[in-house]
Amino acid sequence: MLRFLVRRLLGAVITLVIISAVTFMLFYAVPRDPARLACGKVCTPETLEVIRHNMGISDPMPVQYWHWLSAIFVGRDYAGFGHCDAPCLGYSFVNREPVLATILDRFPTTASLALGSSVVFLLFGIGAGMLAAVKQGKMLDKFASSASLVASSMQIYFVGPVALYLLVYQSHILSQPSYTPFTDNPGAWFTGLLVPWLVLALIWTANYTRMTRSQLVETLSEDYVRTARAKGMSRRNVFFRFAWRGAMGPIVTIFGIDMGVLLGGAMITEKTFSLQGLGMLAVKSVFTNDLPMLLGVMVITASFVVLANIVVDAVYAMIDPRIRLA
Amino acid sequence: MTSTDSQPFLSIKDLKVHFSTEDGTVKAVDGLSFDLARGRTLGIVGESGSGKSVTNLTILGLHNPDTTTIEGSIELDGDELNGASDRTLEKLRGNKMAMIFQDALASLSPYHTIGTQIGEVYRKHTGASKKAARERAIEMLRRVGIPQPDRRVDNYPHEFSGGMRQRAMIAMALVCDPKLLIADEPTTALDVTVQAQIMDLLKDLQQEFGTSIIFITHDLGVIADIADDVLVMYGGRCVERGPKEEVLRSPQHPYTWGLLGSMPSLDGPVDVPLNPIPGSPPSLLNPPTGCRFHPRCAFASEVEGNRCATERPLLQIEDGRGNACHLSDGQRREFLADLAASKAI
Amino acid sequence: MSDTTPLLDVSGLTKHFPIKGGFPIRRTVGAVQAVDGLDFQVAEGESLGLVGESGCGKSTTGRLITRLMEPTAGTISYRGQDITHAGRKALAPIRSEIQMIFQDPYASLNPRHTVGKIIAGPMEINGIEPPGGREKRVRELLEIVGLNPEHFNRFPHEFSGGQRQRIGVARALALNPKLIVADEPVSALDVSIQAQVVNLLQKVQRELGIAFVFIAHDLAIVRHFSQRVAVMYLGKIVEIGDRDDLYNNPRHPYTRALLSAVPEATVDDTPRERIRLVGDVPSPIDPPSGCRFRTRCWKATEKCATEAPPLAQAEGNKAGHLTACHYPETQEIIPVTGLSKTPQEAV
Repeated sequence: MLRFLVRRLLGAVITLVIISAVTFMLFYAVPRDPARLACGKVCTPETLEVIRHNMGISDPMPVQYWHWLSAIFVGRDYAGFGHCDAPCLGYSFVNREPVLATILDRFPTTASLALGSSVVFLLFGIGAGMLAAVKQGKMLDKFASSASLVASSMQIYFVGPVALYLLVYQSHILSQPSYTPFTDNPGAWFTGLLVPWLVLALIWTANYTRMTRSQLVETLSEDYVRTARAKGMSRRNVFFRFAWRGAMGPIVTIFGIDMGVLLGGAMITEKTFSLQGLGMLAVKSVFTNDLPMLLGVMVITASFVVLANIVVDAVYAMIDPRIRLA
Repeated sequence: MTSTDSQPFLSIKDLKVHFSTEDGTVKAVDGLSFDLARGRTLGIVGESGSGKSVTNLTILGLHNPDTTTIEGSIELDGDELNGASDRTLEKLRGNKMAMIFQDALASLSPYHTIGTQIGEVYRKHTGASKKAARERAIEMLRRVGIPQPDRRVDNYPHEFSGGMRQRAMIAMALVCDPKLLIADEPTTALDVTVQAQIMDLLKDLQQEFGTSIIFITHDLGVIADIADDVLVMYGGRCVERGPKEEVLRSPQHPYTWGLLGSMPSLDGPVDVPLNPIPGSPPSLLNPPTGCRFHPRCAFASEVEGNRCATERPLLQIEDGRGNACHLSDGQRREFLADLAASKAI
Repeated sequence: MSDTTPLLDVSGLTKHFPIKGGFPIRRTVGAVQAVDGLDFQVAEGESLGLVGESGCGKSTTGRLITRLMEPTAGTISYRGQDITHAGRKALAPIRSEIQMIFQDPYASLNPRHTVGKIIAGPMEINGIEPPGGREKRVRELLEIVGLNPEHFNRFPHEFSGGQRQRIGVARALALNPKLIVADEPVSALDVSIQAQVVNLLQKVQRELGIAFVFIAHDLAIVRHFSQRVAVMYLGKIVEIGDRDDLYNNPRHPYTRALLSAVPEATVDDTPRERIRLVGDVPSPIDPPSGCRFRTRCWKATEKCATEAPPLAQAEGNKAGHLTACHYPETQEIIPVTGLSKTPQEAV
């Protein structure tokens, strides 16, 4: 297990370095100068040079990248912003805020959205998938299959406004989406996020219903399930202890990867409900040429995906003793 | 109802198993009857699609109730199993009747230790504690010849070799001292030396526990080694039945002749071709009329009036020996003598 | 080329599959010794049977001969020409002469191709245009293997298992091969169908003079089909010889045990000899030193652990009957009543 963790974490670091380097290079491939944008209308070559120096972008690209990378571990002194403690992701070109603080400020919104909706779609998706698998070929199964097909072909930018209109503006059943920190007011946190949770979960529920059903249909036809029945185990026992155990592995794998992606920010959902999460932050920094912010968000979200993969592999090995971690 | 020794322990009467599929009704078993006495071993021989495995899954009630219709009677120790409730069957399965399967790797759960899988049957049927079940599992592993059972009990199936997995499955089937053991091709996937070990083990355990065994196989050699009586199935029906010695020495049905002629032996002639059965096994969606074997039978033309194609031959059993064939006894003796003379069997 | 050059000459053939492991950088830490130093020849028109239990390396051997796998060491010569590491170009003329038949008739035929296309495949790949055209040749081949020539437009799923194996045989015959490697060609088939395919292969072997390497685990079928037989155990040949010598006078304890374990469909009054091996085949990753069979052998001594017995003609053997054993069996197989030899528990 320890060997596994060390090996995989080393791999994760290498992955992240490559991702950030590629982002760095791509950014410079775009012929726009952030210093020029910051310089304003009256801009002499001298001021431009000063701004460049202050932003830390006067050096050649590899040197800049090295500065950026080492700042994460040892901090950095900026001519224009002063000292930045490790782990330092730099300052925004646009509003001059420290990148890490901004990301930490936005992260709870994204995390709340991801966790809340995943509770909903896991509960309903897996539940519906189980029912459909048990009632294979019957009415309930057919209904669940067609409903999930319809739901998974929906798009958030369509379902979102419709849900807002029907549930919030028209009938006032639910409240206007907003983000209140959980620690400030748990009730407001819950009611404010309920509509985004449900809308985001609707589409994911459909996916999990179909995946759970097909996994269970497969494991229910396994020989070891038949053996369990031949031993006198009840249907319920066989279903949960044997069939579900076998179906769990692939579902956990997909969920881990989905979770990594969701924690990186659900851009369209955030945009639809005007929530200020990581997704929106990433989009904004792309449009404003905010390299430090973009790099920060990229590295953080990539870490989630990479970490989720490691966790998934470890959990899979716990579920299935045939998998050996190495 | 208690049974006396004169009564068969398991009695199947006119069993019919039909599956409904998208293409139509599959008549997997079509009017099968047989008895099995206590402590005896019945070998059921047949090729794929003969209905031999279906019959035995049906005895345990392991068929899919949504698509399967079952007619006839399955009486185990005086209790009717056809139509019995799930609860009744669950109490019998793994307890009074148990089953071992061909592919032990696929048939054992990869997610649970061998000990758990053996122990849970014991707990289910005796209400024993976890600790007692573990002790029992170790004891059973020792009995089936697994070295260091107290260590092996915590292994997963993938950590066992093929032969050991089959032993573990036998231990699991026998943990509650079942009175009936159904073994569905338990040695087919094994190497010959391991197959020999497993068959010896089954014979020893049968002596010890007095279990009745139904042994399903496609291999007449295995039958010769382990069975007391033989039932030959073709196309969902029994075509020949009798004590092993008689069926192997003087087979009565042309299908049995064909099976024997198809098998090369370790000391037979090598420069003559084998004597296979032409054609392929029948489709059970649309089985042949009359005798289901008649399209492949070399002797069907010897029966007058095309009866093989039109009239189902009934199974005539006397003292446990008989066949379902329209040939007369005289014809049969003559043809068998011819086959033996040309070394075709 | 002299007349005595065998069609296929294999010497020192070895295949080790590397095992990756180690920390923190993965490297080769060991090897599965699937095949370890095989020597054998196949004469023109002869059938050599390779028998052994799972994991003995018989299938790997088949794949090495047909060059589907690259050997780790040793040489493979075809008609005196070394083809061990021959490249695509050098192999091209030989490819058509060596063909393979596989175990699973379902998996080895492309379900989307017609039978005609499947059988014509080898001709197409090798750019061979037979006299009268490919279709005529396909019909001929279908006829040879006992299928209706009119069925060349059908798809594999329209045929039964036995018929599909016939299609596999027809495909192998398409280029008039000189050598066919058949890997368990009948073991997936029903008993009655097995005999049909064995008869077909026998007819093909005799009438077309094709040499066979016939790989199977069923000793009776191998005996029926092969003039010479090699018994393999843990990647090595332990005994090789003419069919009658090997089956009637097995000199290696493993051959003897193997033969005694085959269930026969007879009810003799005199029971056959029963030798029951204890335990399992050891792992090919770390095979026993010296003789690989010694851990399960009732005759093993110190010498067996230290010295690997060479494959040689044991005293009293006929020419060509080779045994790799320090203490070859001496008596003919005789029925032993009520006695079973039990080896010591494997250490």
